[in-house]
Amino acid sequence: MGLDIRQEMDVVAERVIAIIAEQAMLEPEDITQDSQLAELGIDSLGVVECIFGIEEAFGITVPFNANTPDQPGFDISSVGAIIAEVEKLVARRAA
Amino acid sequence: MRRVVITGAGTLNPLGEDVSASFAAMQAGHCAIGPLTCRDVERLSVQIGAEVRGFDPEAHFARNTLTLLDRFSQFALVSARQAMGQAGLDLSADAALRAGVILGTAGGGNTTVDDNYRTVYEEGKNRVHPFVVPRLMHNAATSHLAMEFGLKGPSFTVSTACASANHAMGQAAQLIRGGVADIMLTGGSEAMLCFGGIKAWEGLRVMSRDTCRPFSKDRSGMVQGEGAAVFVFEELDHARARGAEILAEVAGFGMSSDAGDIVMPDLDGPVRAMRAALADAGLAPQDIGYVNAHGTGTAANDRVEARALRAVLGDHLDRVPVSSTKSMHGHLIGATSAVELLAGVMALRDGIIAPTVNFTEADPEIALDPVPNTAREARVDAVMSNAFAFGGLNAVLILKRYT
Repeated sequence: MGLDIRQEMDVVAERVIAIIAEQAMLEPEDITQDSQLAELGIDSLGVVECIFGIEEAFGITVPFNANTPDQPGFDISSVGAIIAEVEKLVARRAA
Repeated sequence: MRRVVITGAGTLNPLGEDVSASFAAMQAGHCAIGPLTCRDVERLSVQIGAEVRGFDPEAHFARNTLTLLDRFSQFALVSARQAMGQAGLDLSADAALRAGVILGTAGGGNTTVDDNYRTVYEEGKNRVHPFVVPRLMHNAATSHLAMEFGLKGPSFTVSTACASANHAMGQAAQLIRGGVADIMLTGGSEAMLCFGGIKAWEGLRVMSRDTCRPFSKDRSGMVQGEGAAVFVFEELDHARARGAEILAEVAGFGMSSDAGDIVMPDLDGPVRAMRAALADAGLAPQDIGYVNAHGTGTAANDRVEARALRAVLGDHLDRVPVSSTKSMHGHLIGATSAVELLAGVMALRDGIIAPTVNFTEADPEIALDPVPNTAREARVDAVMSNAFAFGGLNAVLILKRYT
């Protein structure tokens, strides 16, 4: 059971990176956990489109408000942070 | 007075993917009306239209740009690139402040609205793409043109149903004349050939189910089209100083409101708009060598427009060709008068009058020469282009040969 969740989380990271890579028009291998969206060339509209892509991919609702991007509701400070937030939401959905 | 000339033209419409292809199609009397291909077409009672066929957006736009562009913005941008290319403008930072964009559209991002209503109503989804609003807004095309070419002067969108583009171009000319701007990108764009866009028009029961035959006794209504045309309007001295090729002069503009019925055409409103345009151009009725009619192909419009033309032009109407190119490219609603202005430019520059195709039989109630079915050579020094919108808002432009 635990193994299944572990695998699901790897899939989350992979899919989040794929969504971000598509938005940045880069290859997934060009993106690391430490990458920041701005340095990948993703502007504020691109961030919103990424969030939309994530919601569609995982069937979750992301509490993201473009007026207050720094709020702790959904940390987008790095790719790794986004993946962690998505993992939490996916786990909550599964629970 | 500051004079306004046209130094660039571009188009993407059912007749062609640029101006020269459109001219060739008009000269050949080609009718671009055919079966519609939109989703759920089998649920439409009107299944014909003039579509822009074979258009590949990805050949013109990067994928990340395309997500922001409704089809009507795509049409506008493709047209504007051609027009700016022809004008050969290289704007300095200062010049860009005195250059703007005014486009007409009736439906704006109608396809985006249609697609996303499906998402939330038909599919029951509770989430839409984040760019729905920037895609659907009526000013989207105007803003994308301003962004692409760095035009920072007065810019806005005009929406007056079937007269939108003429109102837009008239405004653009007046801004230049009034000294507010030196260069304006102007015209119209429309992309309403989606299920909801056609279904709405169906409701009015004014649409033809076979084809568009303006002024013909057996006319059976209007046929929708889609596409865009965009022009570079420029102050005359500005154009001359840089040695630009001048396609035509925008000589006059007239507007009026019927203040009558919301859909039925009126005689007095169009008459006043045409007279206002003539007065503005400083021309007499006999100076007009070609009229591009509103000519929708509905029973009411064509009859009333013929009477209005008689009232304005008098006996001269017996000598002036009057055609409706909607018979070829369909009714592009808010963009139609921009595409139709191309026929005016062709008459002035090439001496060829575009025909009214699908014409079978003269209507005794319509006493004018519709240039039936075959293009005609004629030397023309001034043309009048009519647009009479639902809601009774009329806009008439006059172009003349630049000398």
